[in-house]
Amino acid sequence: MLSPGTTAQADPPAPVVRLPRRRGIEFTLLVVAVLLSVYGYCDVGLARTGSVPPGAAGYGAGLGVLALLAHLAVRLRAPCADPLLLPIAVLLNGLGLVLIYRLDLETPGDRAAPTQLVWSTLGVGLFIAVVVILRDHRVLQRYTYVSVVTALVLLALPIFFPAVNGARIWIRVAGFSIQPGEFAKVMLALFFAGYLAANRNALAYTGRRVWLLQLPTGRVLGPILTVWLLSVGVLVLERDLGTSLLFFGLFVILLYVATGRTGWIAVGLLLAACGAFAVGWLEPHVHSRVEDWLHPFASIEAGRGPNQLAQSLFAFAAGGFLGTGLGSGHSILIGFAVKSDFILATAGEELGLAGLSAIFILYGLLVERGIRAGLSLRDPFGRLLAVGLASIVALQVFVIAGGVTGLIPLTGMAMPFLAQGGSSVVTNWIIVALLIRLSDSARGRSEEEQQHEEQHQEHREQHDGEVAP
Amino acid sequence: MTRYIRHAAAFCALLLLALLANATRVQVVQAPTYDENPANRRNTIARYGQPRGDILVGDRAVTGSRDSGEQFRYERTYKNGPLYAPVTGFASQVYGTALLEDAADGVLAGTDRSLSLLPLWNDLARARNPGGRVVTTLDAAAQQAAYSGLGSRRGAVAALEPSTGRILALVSTPSYDPGELSGTDSAVARAWARLNGAADKPMLNRAVRQTYPPGSTFKVVTAAAALDSGVVRDVDAPTESPDPYRLPGSSARLTNEVEGCADASLRYAFQWSCNTVFAGLGVEVGPEAMRTTAAGFGFNDRKLGIPFRVSPSTFDTRVDDAQLALSSIGQYNTRATPLQMAMVAAAVANHGSVRTPYLVDRTTTADGDTVSATVRHTLRQAMNPVTAVRLREMMTDVVEKGTGMNAVVSGATVGGKSGTAQHGVHNSGTPYAWFISWAQADDSMEPAVAVAVVVEDAAADRGDISGGGDAAPIARAVMEAVLDR
Repeated sequence: MLSPGTTAQADPPAPVVRLPRRRGIEFTLLVVAVLLSVYGYCDVGLARTGSVPPGAAGYGAGLGVLALLAHLAVRLRAPCADPLLLPIAVLLNGLGLVLIYRLDLETPGDRAAPTQLVWSTLGVGLFIAVVVILRDHRVLQRYTYVSVVTALVLLALPIFFPAVNGARIWIRVAGFSIQPGEFAKVMLALFFAGYLAANRNALAYTGRRVWLLQLPTGRVLGPILTVWLLSVGVLVLERDLGTSLLFFGLFVILLYVATGRTGWIAVGLLLAACGAFAVGWLEPHVHSRVEDWLHPFASIEAGRGPNQLAQSLFAFAAGGFLGTGLGSGHSILIGFAVKSDFILATAGEELGLAGLSAIFILYGLLVERGIRAGLSLRDPFGRLLAVGLASIVALQVFVIAGGVTGLIPLTGMAMPFLAQGGSSVVTNWIIVALLIRLSDSARGRSEEEQQHEEQHQEHREQHDGEVAP
Repeated sequence: MTRYIRHAAAFCALLLLALLANATRVQVVQAPTYDENPANRRNTIARYGQPRGDILVGDRAVTGSRDSGEQFRYERTYKNGPLYAPVTGFASQVYGTALLEDAADGVLAGTDRSLSLLPLWNDLARARNPGGRVVTTLDAAAQQAAYSGLGSRRGAVAALEPSTGRILALVSTPSYDPGELSGTDSAVARAWARLNGAADKPMLNRAVRQTYPPGSTFKVVTAAAALDSGVVRDVDAPTESPDPYRLPGSSARLTNEVEGCADASLRYAFQWSCNTVFAGLGVEVGPEAMRTTAAGFGFNDRKLGIPFRVSPSTFDTRVDDAQLALSSIGQYNTRATPLQMAMVAAAVANHGSVRTPYLVDRTTTADGDTVSATVRHTLRQAMNPVTAVRLREMMTDVVEKGTGMNAVVSGATVGGKSGTAQHGVHNSGTPYAWFISWAQADDSMEPAVAVAVVVEDAAADRGDISGGGDAAPIARAVMEAVLDR
């Protein structure tokens, strides 16, 4: 999956390889992504009314302009960036808009697609802003502690607002609903990456050794453990299980990548198991989710009709291999949250296993490209940040897709780019913008840092020490 | 750090593989189970996602479809709903299907595999055929005549073609409009509650799902048994019957509504409906021979479907002689559907053989290609052909100079038998008025129609006259409608 050539960076002297910039490929892929989305949009109309929907041209033009602007920003400010990242984001976002538009047809009183388009535009705007303004990702390391404070504030904010559908994760201001926890993901990834990059040696090599485990000193471990516990604690208060699971996974992965200590994973899993058991036992909300997961059809047998998970499984099953075709399924039976948490069920029913696999593979590529940027980078902060951001995407996809397909207990979370939800779309665009910046640094290194390296030999020695501790 | 990043990448790949494997499990391995889960509404949605095929009477559809734009999209409409309700039944989004809508559901909904040229391909592509059509054997004029004849009274009519078993009319009153049960709105639920709660049971198909004591019309069966078993060899010979008749082993006495029944001949007893004579004959014939003959006409047959289920008509054989005497005049535990009594009349008209009645002539695809046609076959020989000839004469006498003079049809030979069935505790209910008959046009070789009519709330004056007075005119109207074709 990952090409072994990427380790060549560590071998002195680095060969002067001028990586192709591949902006033309990115453009071509973007055209394909926009056309595929427009095709899907037309397909919905054809299946529903027998004619191309009137908004098709406008939708295509809008998505096309957004893609083009994003592409221009990348071309001008991150010319060496990975050419797959942006087209995947555009395709997933475009497909998400199609699915939401398609579900809007079933709920005439609740049109979500136009709002989602506005949020997507905002997301692309922020993407462009990040790519243009942020010239070097290493700048972000300075904001390690600002990030964590911001993240905690964002996470804590919804406590002061009323709960929506059982979860206290929303704030409503002037008609707008925002999920601050979504933005906190990026902030927390920044903090973890910054803190671990600065303290990883201390974490790995200091402190006492207890049995197989090298315990770091409390001074080093304390802050990060506190932050993690705080965020998870807040999330449990807010009943946002998906995000707490995500933060936990992110924490363990980055700790492992930074220190290379397998013991951390064991400790992490142990803590998680204890935490999950305690929460599942104490919190009826969680308990019922686990029950639903174990017995998705219990409510049917009890005569109460199918619950959401059962309806979701029915939708996936109805899709079969090839799906019913866009616009021809009945995933609306899922009811509440069909456009957000359960959007994947619509994809599963109407695009089938084939389409669902394609979507999973798109996410897989996005994650893999992010991690590859991390591998190619030399500074620990950048590497950890890239892995962290990619892991956020991977964990989000796993938690929600696994939830709606009955693989793991269902926790509310937005499918990146696909699901209805402004905060989520915006956040994921920022994640992709950061990955673009990181991959540009990684791939551009061969020209820019070539000169750097010639001037600063000691720089390289530092790197060598890092790669093989 | 590179190594650990690779591990992280492998972990992410593992998550992805788990998702793909699980998606395959849900969408391929478990899919059939999930699809068939009764709580999964997709089957129902698909079923109503296309117009349902039509039910035809003659060349005209008596059903239709209305696009509601709702989730269960196409709603069934009915032309002349109350007239045809005992045949069509209903097709409701909420309450399912009944009668022909139920029995021919696969064809009408398009799910029947015989509708598709390539059934396997259809299974694979999950394609659905357009709904097929069901062509009934009904005669629109006869159906209308029966329905108008019953009017506002409670009752039922069954008419069939004796030589084939084709059902020409099947009416039950009071009736209802099955269209009221189409759709999903609250009006449907209200209609359902109202129809089910109504005292006169409009959704009960009295022609095939309700059994009545057949009263004197059952004397046709008893006469056939007496002649076939040799208990009576000469229809004009005296039968040595007392009047009144003391029920064997009991002090109860059976009397007649008319004079001259003592020692009456079978012909006289049949023409004037002497209870005493037939009660005695039944006892003489014995339970076993009576059962055989009754079964020959179709009594005690639990399997009859036309294609929807017909309630079995019963002739009880675990009886003592007194009960047998009463059973032989269509009382005690003897019960029959109007369709069963039409079959009795048809057997007499059709040389003693009973054809299996059927309501569906053929089913076709939406384009009109025949998918299947009903193969007619003899049910059984109910009596000797010679016995049938004698019974024809006696039934003709009833219409020409007996209790059935209201059934005379000009230009045709008509045979009939009236009946009045007492029921209720100590016979307190208003008697059911019966009339069964058949008609054969004078210029025809075959009888055209056999019909049975029952009127539940007939005029209160007792006696066989009420069968002839209330039910016979309806039978005549039906016979005339068929003969006029």
